[in-house]
Amino acid sequence: MSMNDLDALEAQSIYILREAFNRLDKIAMLWSIGKDSNVMLWLARKAFFGHVPFPVVHVDTKHKIPEMIEFRDRVAKEWNLPLIIGENRPALDSGMGPHLGRVECCTALKTDGLKQILGEHGYTGVIAGIRRDEEGTRAKERVFSPRTEAAGWDFKDQPPEFWDQFKTDFPPGTHLRIHPLLAWSELDVWRYIERESIPVVELYFSKNGKRYRSLGCAPCTGSVVSNASTVAEIITELETTKISERSGRAQDQESEDAFERLRAGGYM
Amino acid sequence: MTNIASPMKIVVVGHVDHGKSTLVGRILNETGALPEGKVEYLKEVCDKRGMPFEWAFVMDALQAERDQGITIDTAQIRFRTQARPYVIIDAPGHKEFLKNMITGAASAEAAVLVIDAHEGVQEQSRRHGYLLHLLGLRQIAVAVNKMDLVNFDQARFEVVKAEIVAYLNSIGVEPTYVVPVAARSGANISSKAAETPWYTGPSVLEALDRFEPAKAATDLPLRFPVQDVYKFDERRIIAGRIESGRIKVGDTLVFAPSGKSARIATIESWGGNHIAAVAAGAGQSVGVTLDEQIFVERGQVASLIESTPSLSHSVKARLFWLGREALKVGSRYKLKLATAEYAVEVTAIERVIDVEDLANHQGAEVGRNAVAEVVFRSKAPISHDSFIVNPRLGRFVLVEGYDIVGGGVIAEADAARQEHKSTNITFVDHKVNFDTRSLGNGHRGGVVWLTGLSGSGKSTIAMEVERQLFLKGWQVSVLDGDNVRHGLCSDLGFSPEDRAENIRRVGEVSHLFAQAGVLVLTAFISPYRGDRDRVRAIDPELFHEIHVATGLDECERRDPKGLYKKARAGQIPEFTGISAPYEEPIVPELSVITDGQTIEESVAEVLRYIEETFSLSAREQAVGWGL
Repeated sequence: MSMNDLDALEAQSIYILREAFNRLDKIAMLWSIGKDSNVMLWLARKAFFGHVPFPVVHVDTKHKIPEMIEFRDRVAKEWNLPLIIGENRPALDSGMGPHLGRVECCTALKTDGLKQILGEHGYTGVIAGIRRDEEGTRAKERVFSPRTEAAGWDFKDQPPEFWDQFKTDFPPGTHLRIHPLLAWSELDVWRYIERESIPVVELYFSKNGKRYRSLGCAPCTGSVVSNASTVAEIITELETTKISERSGRAQDQESEDAFERLRAGGYM
Repeated sequence: MTNIASPMKIVVVGHVDHGKSTLVGRILNETGALPEGKVEYLKEVCDKRGMPFEWAFVMDALQAERDQGITIDTAQIRFRTQARPYVIIDAPGHKEFLKNMITGAASAEAAVLVIDAHEGVQEQSRRHGYLLHLLGLRQIAVAVNKMDLVNFDQARFEVVKAEIVAYLNSIGVEPTYVVPVAARSGANISSKAAETPWYTGPSVLEALDRFEPAKAATDLPLRFPVQDVYKFDERRIIAGRIESGRIKVGDTLVFAPSGKSARIATIESWGGNHIAAVAAGAGQSVGVTLDEQIFVERGQVASLIESTPSLSHSVKARLFWLGREALKVGSRYKLKLATAEYAVEVTAIERVIDVEDLANHQGAEVGRNAVAEVVFRSKAPISHDSFIVNPRLGRFVLVEGYDIVGGGVIAEADAARQEHKSTNITFVDHKVNFDTRSLGNGHRGGVVWLTGLSGSGKSTIAMEVERQLFLKGWQVSVLDGDNVRHGLCSDLGFSPEDRAENIRRVGEVSHLFAQAGVLVLTAFISPYRGDRDRVRAIDPELFHEIHVATGLDECERRDPKGLYKKARAGQIPEFTGISAPYEEPIVPELSVITDGQTIEESVAEVLRYIEETFSLSAREQAVGWGL
């Protein structure tokens, strides 16, 4: 009955998911097909005893790596997920892509794509799998994080959050982002994937001396040099690496505050 | 791999600009926690701004933070020493970001308080120290930073050390270590610095490694707040997190406040290769099914019969206030404790604590970022423990509108405990309970508390109301100020302390009568708001305050006992209205303005209120008699 670190993280994430489900009228979970959101889905099934009692939303930028889409459709079927696929059709039709600017592309295809689906379905809570250890502004996030009517993040005036009493009251028209994995590290995620045998996209495993550490759209996601071809080998690699996780994500490196601007505008 | 402990959570606090973020950045660098290229990247960022290298930028990731050179929000980053993994929480020192400091500090197991050797102990050093203690943190190490600016002078270090140790001791905290540090150059961060040969204690990292990890709450009595009830399939699952104690299949759970109980039939779980659990303990998020389908809902707290939580309508708490509007007596909030929510009203502000000198002030309101002791009352009984006994059920937040505006820890309250006991007796032991008596009498028992100046008409009104209610067949009685001073309170004088004791006794006696079904009218000047609020807190459901609001001039003109004349002549000391204060009720249930109306009119007003409030309706009687 004594709890180790993964037990404690799991229990806390389940508590957060149950709070979101109980306190908010209309919630949805974002599924990026990456390892973190797979873990999050797994935790939801644990929290609700095998059920996923809210829609799972994937914002498709049409630039995703093909293996990710194949994985999405297979797992959604196997796990019987209530999947909703969103996209920013007008932006796609007008030819939006990273050649028009990486930050602009992320904003149009991901953030605006998400906003459209929020507006369409009237969600008041969006569950996202971000973690504090990914990046500096995410390190400052709240578990229940309010967004303005325009989906903006007012990072200079975040609500107090302590003793697991979350902000669950908010004006109409605004919504909350819920972050059940905020306290997890990249290493925790992999150790949990190993412990629970959670499926992940093959792209994470080394092929010809390279692998993906973080998955996004094909044009802006690079791979890292690695020979780790199993979950266990990835864990060993992460225990010693000094390369940051999102180093392969080009949109973060556009300028000093590129990611902050993306997030303030409503990016995950 | 199965038994890796959770990282220890450390918060770094202190006055603005004393170097918290720099210390954190330096710790991360010395422990190799920064990713490759991070330092080079930050050097570039600093160069672009034309400034020297800034360690603080590791944590201060926001543009506004870098532009202004201050930490706005709390951040968390991991590192590890030889001994164990850590999560380090950086908390802002600016007074206006106190909510963010609390957000960071509330989840920590231990703290480092940073103080500038040059500036010494400042306002936020004290405030943060005080709040850490209030939040329940007992392990605090002090880093006296910027020793390089005072040439590593031992005498200066000793002065600052003595000052902060004296303050922390006065709030009951013994710092584990006080370390002289220069975060910018790295002195005494990971190893002993050559610049401080006179210092023999541990470095900062060594001091961290000596903190004790937080103990699991498994050994405390069971507290299992209901978070939700699921019916996704044929199972009806009671879901929640075990806050303290443990459960096993077959245990009988008692749910507060309903008092209903049932046995645990199964502990449910889902996932891969799980084995059905037969037991679970503190910290686990679980789901159970019961052997009987009793009514259970979110907010109820399951415990074992040997040790149930306290249940009371009134709680006293020490709180920190973050609201933009001040907290006042009479203000209403939503109080969230574990998974429950209660509508509460502030009935008393017992004291406002100045964190600078720890002096207590009488205050009518609690301003932003202040600390105070406050009494709340709630229509529904609050299931709780005192914070010292079980923090998990002894702390709460307050919500006003859409926002969390404060947090508090519950003190051990005598009134609450006593009420808890008598509530149990009424509900469990008495064969004739409050409701049965009400039904028999046709009205509820209660305390109608008349307060007002001497000569305002309290006794006159009370006696006439008593006569008329009696004629209507009511169980009614008056407790009169002058009369009880001949017996029950014959040992008491008129000092504030004696007046308080007088009112306390009368309050207890009148509630005994009320619980026995009697409508009690009291006629006491009862000039102090705090005294009256304490009587209200005995049982807010029963207590109704009526302000007999006759002006001082009119009372003095009436002077039925010639007391004002004597008081004016200096023959009666501490006479209310003349030489002692009268604190008017802020939100009385009824206010009777006797000036310019006849006694009969005033009596009729009070009678109307009592009959409307305490009579049982025909419907209530029909339901009560089972018709």
